[in-house]
This record gives sequence, C-alpha cells and structure tokens, in this order.
Amino acid sequence: MPTLTTLPLWVQIINLLAAILLLLAFAMLAQRRIVSLIDLYAWQGLVLASSTAIVGYATGQPHLYFSAGLTLLLKVALLPWLLHRLVRQLDVKWDVERLINVPTTMIIGLVLVVFAFNLAVPISQLASTVTRATLGIALATVMLSFLMMITRRKAISQVIGFLSMENGLFFAATSATYGMPMVVELGIALDVLVGMLILGVFFFQIREQFDSLDLKHLEKLKDSE
Amino acid sequence: MNALALDLVIAVIVAWLAVGALGLARPARLKFASRVLYPAGAVVGVVLAIAGFAAMGAAPQSQVLPLGLPDLPFHLRIDSLSAFFLLILGSVAAAVSLYSAGYFRSNEGTPPGLVCFQYHAFLAAMALVLVADDGYVFMVAWEAMALTSYFLVTTDHRVPEIRRAGFLYLLIAHVGALAILLCFGVLQGGSGDYTFGAMRGQQLSGLWPSAAFFLALFGFGAKAGLLPLHVWLPEAHPAAPSPVSALMSAVMLKTAIYGLLRVSFDLLQGQLWWWGVVALGLGLVTALYGVVFAAVQTDMKRLLAYSSIENIGIIVAGIGLAILFRAYAKPLLAAITLTAVLYHCLNHAFFKSLLFLATGSVLHATRERSLGRLGGLIHRMPWVAWLALVGTLAIAGLPPLNGFVSEWLLLQAFLFTPTLPQSFVNMLVPLATAALVLAVALSAYVMVKFYGIVFLGRPRESSLAHAQDAGPVERAALAYLALGCIALGLFPVNVIALLDPINALLVGSSALQGGGGSSWLLLAPINADRSSYSPLIVLVVIIAVVLLTMQIVHRFYHGRVRSAPPWDCGFPGQTPRMQDTAEGFGQPIRTVFEPFFRMQRHLPSPFDAEPRYAVKVDDHVWYWLYLPIARGVEMLARLAGRIQQGRISVYLTFSFFTLLALLFFVR
Repeated sequence: MPTLTTLPLWVQIINLLAAILLLLAFAMLAQRRIVSLIDLYAWQGLVLASSTAIVGYATGQPHLYFSAGLTLLLKVALLPWLLHRLVRQLDVKWDVERLINVPTTMIIGLVLVVFAFNLAVPISQLASTVTRATLGIALATVMLSFLMMITRRKAISQVIGFLSMENGLFFAATSATYGMPMVVELGIALDVLVGMLILGVFFFQIREQFDSLDLKHLEKLKDSE
Repeated sequence: MNALALDLVIAVIVAWLAVGALGLARPARLKFASRVLYPAGAVVGVVLAIAGFAAMGAAPQSQVLPLGLPDLPFHLRIDSLSAFFLLILGSVAAAVSLYSAGYFRSNEGTPPGLVCFQYHAFLAAMALVLVADDGYVFMVAWEAMALTSYFLVTTDHRVPEIRRAGFLYLLIAHVGALAILLCFGVLQGGSGDYTFGAMRGQQLSGLWPSAAFFLALFGFGAKAGLLPLHVWLPEAHPAAPSPVSALMSAVMLKTAIYGLLRVSFDLLQGQLWWWGVVALGLGLVTALYGVVFAAVQTDMKRLLAYSSIENIGIIVAGIGLAILFRAYAKPLLAAITLTAVLYHCLNHAFFKSLLFLATGSVLHATRERSLGRLGGLIHRMPWVAWLALVGTLAIAGLPPLNGFVSEWLLLQAFLFTPTLPQSFVNMLVPLATAALVLAVALSAYVMVKFYGIVFLGRPRESSLAHAQDAGPVERAALAYLALGCIALGLFPVNVIALLDPINALLVGSSALQGGGGSSWLLLAPINADRSSYSPLIVLVVIIAVVLLTMQIVHRFYHGRVRSAPPWDCGFPGQTPRMQDTAEGFGQPIRTVFEPFFRMQRHLPSPFDAEPRYAVKVDDHVWYWLYLPIARGVEMLARLAGRIQQGRISVYLTFSFFTLLALLFFVR
C-alpha cells in the first residue's frame, strides 16, 4: 500500500482534483441560488477538464487532450452561458422550495458517499489504471447529483443535476479506463448539448402553460382515475 | 433468360417502388394514377410472372446486395419454391392492378396518389419477402408488407370501425412477426449467422427443431389466419378497398404459406411425425370453423374472408399431411400432397381475387355490402355476374374448373394415408378425410348462398335498379382471372409438371414418377387403375349433356308452354321480400353447428305490430381467448398505474433506489 507521498506528483494532483470535485458536488447539494449553482457547475467542468488533461499528459494519450478541450468548451463556456441566459430570460434566481431541508440532504449525501466508496473498492481493484482510487469519488458525484435532482423542485436545478451527473460519469470513465473511445465521447457531448437545447425549449413551454417553472404543476398532468 | 430471373425480380421490385414514388409525387391526381401508374404496375406484374415462370425449373440463383446495415447486406435468392410464389404474385397483381385502374375514386379517405404508393410498396414488399435469403431481409420485407397493408386497410380512415379493424390486424401481424423473429433466432442455432444457407446447415438438437416449427406455425399462422389467430381476417377484409382485399387474400396469405413451407421443409432438416398431426388437426379445425362461419355471414366480404380462412385451413392441413408422409419416408406421397397444396394456393389466388374484385364492382355499383339488400344483379351487371359465376363454381370445387383439381388431388393424398406404419395415425386419417370433405362440401353451400343472394332472384331494394355494370378495364381484369380459373382447371397435367421442381427441392421426389397413366389428357396421380381425372372429357360431357337437354326440352316441350304466374301457390302478389334471405339460407347451418357460435337472437312475438327479427352471430374465440387477455392486460395496467404519482421527484426516487439496489446486488 503506497502512502500518499510516495505516489507520483500527477497522481497526487488528480487525487486533489477529485476531492475538489466531491466538495463541489456537496456545495451544489447545499446551494440555494440557481445562479451560484450554475457557477459551481462551471467550476466542476473546469476541474474535470484539467484532470483529463493531466491524465492525458501523464499517460501520453493525445486523444485525452482533445476530450479535455471539448469539456472546457462545452461544460465551462457554452452550457453555463446558455444556462445563465435561460435564468435571466426566465427570471428564476432562487430555488427556495426544497422537498427535504439542507442538513438532512447532507446527511443522506454522506451515507451515499460511504456507499459509493464501498462499492468502488472491488471495481478499482479490477482496474489497471493508476488513477483508480478516484473511482469512488466519481461514483459518489453521480449519486449526489442524482440526489440533487430528486430534492429540487425547479426544472432548471434538475437539469443542472442531470448535467453534473454526466460530469461524474465522465470522471469515472477517465479514472477507470483513461477515457472512453472518441466516438462515444463525441456522442455524449452532442447528446448533452442537444438535451440542453430541448430542455430549454421545454422550460419556456412549461412557463407559458403554468406561469412558473415549479414542477409541482406538472403533477396535474397525471391520468386521473 | 433463366440466368436473369433474379435480376429481373430485383428490377420488378425497383420498378414497383418507382411507380409508387411517382404516385406520391402527385398525391391528389387520380387520373394520373389510374390512367398511367396502375396500368404500369400491371405490366410490371406480368414481367414478374414471366420471371417466376422462367425460374421455376432453373437452378437456384443467389445474389448479395450491398444494402442494409454495415456488415449486414441483403442476401437474395430465387429457387423454384420462391419462383412459384412470385408467379402467383405477378399473375394476380397484374389483374388486380388493372382492376385498380378503374376502381379507385377520389374522396375515399387517403388521397389516390398515396394509396397508389402504398399499393405498389405493398407489392414490392411481398416480392422481396419471396426472394429474401436471410432472416434480416425477410423480417424487413415482412414488416414492410404488414405496415403497407395496414395503411391500405385503413384507406377509408374516417370510419371508426375501419380504424379498429386496422388496429386489430396490425396487432396480430406484430405478434406473429415476433414469433417469426424468434423462430429465426432458434434456427440460426447460436451461430449468429442469419442467412438461410447457414440455417440449412445447422443441426438442431433436442426440442429446438420442434420449437422452431411451432414458432413458425404460430407466426405464419397469424398472417395466414389459422385458428385462433384468424380474428383479424373477417374485420380487415371488409374494411379494405376491394383490390386490397383481393391482394391480401390471394397473395399475402400465400406469403405466409410460403414462409411455413420454407421453414418446415427447407430450413429445418428432418421433420417429426407429430408436427404433421398438429398441423393437420389445426388446419382441419380452421377449415371447418371458417366455412361454418362463412355460411352464416350476411356481409359479402366477410363471407369471402371466412372462406379464405377455410381455404388456408385446407392448405395447412395438406402441409401437415405432407410433413407426415415426409417423416415416414414416403417421398412420392409427400410430393403428391405438396403438389395439391401448391396447386390449391395457385387456384385460391385466382378465384378468390376474382370474387373479391367482383364484390368490389358490386360495392361500387350499389354502395351496399350487406347481402340482405342485394339481389337480382345478374340483370343489371351481366359481365360481373357471369364472370363471378366462374369464380363461384371454381371455389365450390366443381369440375372442370380449377378448384376441383386441387381438392381432388388432396383427397387422393388423404385416401392413401392408410399405408402409414403407425396405427394411431391410420385411424385418425379417415376422420380427417371426412372433415376435409365436409369443409369442401360446405364451401359449395356457402358459394351457392353468396352467388344466389347477390346475383340471382329479384332486387331486394329499389335502388338496385340503377346499378351499373363494371367498366371495360375492370371487366378485362375479371375476365383474365376467370380465364385463369378455367385454364388451370382444364390443363392440370401441365400445371403439375410445372410444379414438379418444387417437389424435388422440398421432399426430394417427383410427383410424376409414380404416375402410371398421366398424359396430356388424363391426370392419374398414383395409378390410372386406381383413380384418374380428365377435365377435358368432363367438359365435353358437360357440354354434351347441356346441349342434349336443351334439344330434348326444345323438342318435347316447345310449343306446349303455358303462360301462368310462376310458383304462386295461391300468393299471386310476390314481392322481393318473400325471397330466401342470407340469414334464412344460413339457418340450417346455424342450427346444425350451434355450438360453434355465440348467438344473440331477437325473435318477434306473434302480436307485434311491427315484427322485427335480429340475430347477431359472434365468435367464441373472442370471448374465450381475446377478452380474457385484454382484461388481464388492463388489470396489470391499472396496477402499474398506481405508481404514477405525477411527481418527477417520486419518479426520480424510484430510479435512484433501483440504481442503488442494482449496484448493491452486483458488487
């Protein structure tokens, strides 16, 4: 069992970035202002891009640079910009109403992190990469984002939860197998972009129908007995 | 010529699609479709018939087209079996296309150009099914066939019953297609190679061959209308425009027979005797069921649809018998049975399309489908009536027309069964023969009802006086089919010689080799001493008897004719209402076969001022099989509906916990 200081420097940096990622996920879970949520998402993207680039540099895999660039472009610049614009146009800055209050959410989040680490142990023993220790963090990010989607009421924060879940998956792929094949990565990037655009259209439709983005209005749409 | 057959078939498919696409380019122009496109489609049909005819005796040809998915090209192949069914398709499609040129009108739901596209795409899909040589192309073409025919059935989609009929058809077609897909999955035997060539080479073990056979029987039976999957036929055929009903009944049901033959004789190596018994029993039950229901129908197209079920039943029973013979290594008898089956497919294609087209003419002339409001049309529509008479006699199985030949051949095959080694089967077969004869005889009864009520007697409605005979194009198409019925009846030996390569392909024997005395005049399947049939002699005798009778009547009764009100029996004021009705004609059958039906009858009381009689005949299968399934599905849906809360967070929680549970269990 190598101690922390015996690891190469780049692995230590990756571990640091992974910790930051987890921290950001918790911050998102606790954040009430939607504008700050988007900023946190952009930060997450930045961390992801730099960790991908570092892995690419250290393992000498040039296609990871490309995917880091893509992440930077899409998740740090384009998507946050789109989201900010949406928020401004729709005039939703707050998401005060939550289904579960913040402290409870944080405790559930802690349990999830423990579960995720527990889960990742056998998988990371199978993986051959140096960065495999961060797999647990990636899984935890996915679960925390999922939790965020469950606890939020506003459509926009659910979308951000969805996007950050994708970040977690991406991180898992980078740390466990040094990234997915280029085709898959491009496909996912395109999916995220298109999904974002479609959801943007949906937001406008929802607000036009209900004068609000609160999803509780959609509950009326169910098939009545 | 022979070497080009497959290229020709591909060209035909492309040409049909092109004709359809032209129709799509001008969807609202009826004249363009009827004057140019349908006749062009008919010419293409003739070309296909010629290609099929040329390829009948030729060696199989295959080709790989670089279409489809990457690494999954289209394999096409034509052998004598597919050539024969292409011949059916081409020759019937030529007549139906010609007829369609005069049939379709605008303002009947779907725009004419779109109908033209669906129609030709349907034809192309059927041709592709017949030349497909891997499971992938087969399924693509099969589904294309189902979808195009669905849209054709729902041409007049403004009527809710028609939409419902179309849905029922689509549902059963898809259930069947699923079974066929599974059947191919079994046949490829884990090799992952879905070409038919690879499937032929697979040696399946244990219960797998039986699984494949029964999946095929189920899947193709759903398309062909075997019990209990026949329910779509009597709904979809009346709903569809008549040329479409004709094509579906004459050709599309035959593609299912083609598929069944292909799987059970070509792709599966070695048959088991009890498959034959099952197919035989199912076929006979279907035949009886179909004909009994046909006898009590009051809608002429429903009647014909049930008659199609009966014919399919007879064909499947024949296939069952052929499997039985094959399993007991009696190739000659298997070849004779198979010849009868294929012959009957050809015959049914001709006379059933003739009759469906004739009902189309009647429908257009009178706007009436119900037998209770027709009658006496032979005076108003002599062309249609006389040509339909040929089809009626043929389907009733009267010599010297074609229906008789195939049914007689099949009976011959049944009568030879007591040579089988298993006594149980030997005891069963006389019963089966009796059932077959009963079905055939009842079908004659049904046809008398059909023809008599529609064309003979006196018009039951005053509006029938304005009925117009069919136009020249429609007459030509009907005459062509009627001539086909006559020719197929008069020259059976030539037809059987044409069919013989298929026997060699499927059962490895010739039906002609045992024929002691078959010549151009005389048909003798086993031995001239035992049984033989010469249609030409029968024809000559019939003509002679008719002429003689006319002479005698002329000689002895002429000039002694007394003019008096006929059959008045003290009721001089006869009205059309006093004629036998469709319900009345079917009443004996309804009484004899009462357990078959689910009847609701309303009888008038003797003191009723306005007496009314109503009877509604339903299918037991609906109530015993389909409604319980529908109720079960509905109950499950209600149970599943309980978790529908309408809150996204709840849904997300469901998937979240599912994810957690899965992760927990797989770790």
